[in-house]
Order: sequence, then C-alpha cells, then structure tokens
Amino acid sequence: MSSENKTFPKQTLDTRGLLCPLPVIRTQDRIKDLQNGAVLEVVASDPGVLHDIPAWCRVHGHHLIETEQVGLDIYVRLRVCKD
Amino acid sequence: MAHQRKAVALISGGLDSLLAARVMLEQNIHVEGINFYTGFCVEGHTHAIRKKHQLKPKRNNALWSAEQLGIKLHIIDISEEYKDIVINPKHGYGQNLNPCLDCKIFMVNQARAWGFMADNDFDFIITGEVIGQRPKSQRKETMPVIARESGVNDRLLRPLCAKNLPETLPEREGWVDRDALYGFHGRNRKPQMALAEQFGFTDYAQPAGGCCFLTDANYSKKLADLWQARGERKYEIDDIMLLKIGRHIRPAQNYKVIIGREEGENNYLEGYRKQFAHIRIESHFGPLTLVDGTPDQEDLLQAARIAARFSQGRDAGEVRVEICVPGLDNRFVNVSPIPAQELPKNWYV
Repeated sequence: MSSENKTFPKQTLDTRGLLCPLPVIRTQDRIKDLQNGAVLEVVASDPGVLHDIPAWCRVHGHHLIETEQVGLDIYVRLRVCKD
Repeated sequence: MAHQRKAVALISGGLDSLLAARVMLEQNIHVEGINFYTGFCVEGHTHAIRKKHQLKPKRNNALWSAEQLGIKLHIIDISEEYKDIVINPKHGYGQNLNPCLDCKIFMVNQARAWGFMADNDFDFIITGEVIGQRPKSQRKETMPVIARESGVNDRLLRPLCAKNLPETLPEREGWVDRDALYGFHGRNRKPQMALAEQFGFTDYAQPAGGCCFLTDANYSKKLADLWQARGERKYEIDDIMLLKIGRHIRPAQNYKVIIGREEGENNYLEGYRKQFAHIRIESHFGPLTLVDGTPDQEDLLQAARIAARFSQGRDAGEVRVEICVPGLDNRFVNVSPIPAQELPKNWYV
C-alpha cells in the first residue's frame, strides 16, 4: 500500500505560549519526522499562526486542512505532503 | 543540459534579500531561503501582542518573501547559540547593543553549515548586502571579513553589489553571469526600489532601523539594565521576550516590575504567572504586574503600590491587591497607590 493511502493517527503539537515564528519552527521540525500523508494538529495561542502556518504550508507544498479557534486556543490541521 | 547550481539565500524579509534571491532566480539558479530566529527578531506578531497594532497585517515577512519568489524557506532557531554573539561580540557593538558584524558572520556561517551539508548540497550562499548600506556591517572593509570569518570565502555572493567586489567562485566558474549582477552602493534606496518595480514587487517590508530589537535604543537600554542588575551579562529567552513587553520599572537592584499596558500585553504576561511573583488588582480595573528578581516582602508591597498606580484606583485611598508568589499562598492586602512624585523618572527602564 502506498503511503498516500495509509491512514495515519493524528499527531499533535502544542505550541501554546510561543510567539511566531516559533510555532512555525516547531511545526517545521516536527514534520521532518513525519511521513507523507500524516496529519498534524498544531495548537497555538499566537493568532499569528493563522497566517504563518498556512503560508509556510504553501511555500513547502503541505496541505492545510483547516484552522479553528476555540476560546484562546487556535488549531491548525495540516497534511504532510513531501516531494 | 548544464547542471543547475544551488544557492542558499539569507532571507530577512526585507527588500534587499528579496531582490538578491530574485536576481539569482533570473539566472536559473535553484534558490532556497534560510531565515534565522535569534529571539531579537522584530516580527509583526511581537508587535501584535499590543492591541493597538492589531489592525496591521500579521505576516511573517520572510515567509512572504519566499512566497513572492516561489522558493522554499527554512526557518532555523539559533537563539541559544546566538547568546554568545550578543554577550561577547568579537567586533563590538554598533550604536546600541547590536553586534551587527558578528551577527552577519555568524548567520553566513550557519547558512554554510546548513547549505553545504551532504544532504543539502548547495553550491554557494547569497545575501542582500549592499556596500555602504549599514554603518557597522555593510562596508567595503567588512565584506571580505564576513566572507573569511564565516568560512564561506569566495562562495559568498552579493548579487546587489557584486560589481563593486572581487569576482567570486560562482562568477569565475560561470555559474552566474557577473554582467547581469548589480553595483549598488550607499544608503540610497532608489536603485533597489526601481529594481523591485521592474520585478513587480509591491508591498514589501521596509522596517525602519532594521529587523532586530538590538538596534533599538530603548530595548538595548532595558537589556543593559538587566545585565547591570544581575551583575553578569547573561540572559534567557524569556528575559529577552519580556523586554519587548510592558512598562518596566526598577525601584531597586534586586527587582523590577513589568506592567502590562493593555489587554494584549496582559494576556501575554499571564503566560508567565507560574514562573514569576505577580500582582493582580482586585478592587479596581488594572493591569497584571510581574515582579522579576528577588523581592522580599517589603519589596512586594512596594511593587503592589506601583501596580495600583497604574490601575483605575490610582486616585483611591486604598486599592486591594492579590500578591502571588510561586510556591507560597496568595495573600490579599490593601495598599495606597504610589503618588506620581514618589515614582522617580529614573526608575523607568
């Protein structure tokens, strides 16, 4: 089965309390260890991630699934798309 | 078909690095950007903590540059290693606590370590430096110093001012066409603006005073105060983040108070309440105040009086506050707000 067809358990990354660009850096570092197709949920408190993580995904070709704000917590969910 | 050469571009998010990378793309060089997080970076989001700035677009300018260029951008956290550059700059400081020349050497060296590693296999490094642009780091005399001390030597190319410098390896080997590079110099920004227009770049960042808090006189003063009060030139990342936030008042060498100036700063300071002694105003509307240092009980009462001064109870006879010290029970006390005449100007850092 190709990696694209596998179902991966969702990985989570808590970056609450960090200011941009640190949540982006932590996301970048985590993705290095994830396989193609994996889903990563980043939890953050800096609203800057709503702009920066999608921009970082576009630059690197990862797929942004959705963003969601629940109270003060911000969730960014993305799918890893490696070359 | 000729082998496509690869360049690592230092991308700060400003116009010069954007243009330098674009000039290389024009010459069919494969370019990827690298951007460094030092802890002192002036980013829109740090400002965005303060509510009055929230109408400004919250974008990371380096990422924005990469998107405009259609290149990958690798953001590297060098904040720990960078401490030694700030504390012991071999080439000294600029006008404030900005170690610009050491910083540039360090970043180019870091780009070399990243770009020339076997997995990445880049051929050379480019920067947006322009001779005469900055008084400390971008001078004709410092250009070879950066190339030499970073260890990059003639694999360091400055596309915007290359014609004013000796040929580099990428030029000699014919990887890039020297004739299609530029000879910009000095502080005049018009050539860069014209080139930006030619490439169709609009809305690029134009930070006044650079992209680093260390070039800011007020920020440098706060860092110098921190070192002086602690008796040693050291810092942790939380220290330098907090220097960007709030009103800092030092009544004594052993402690200072950090008072949120608005909701955004108060929210940010809330994240530190488990690490720091702090004061909440109970009877009135007022900011969160952190107490940094080693305050004793009397100091905490003085800090509470200062905090009360910045609450809506400043004119009241008494203000009720909660004093919280990590590891101890919180206590509620009534204090009289410190009058303006008892708050000397030299306490403000």
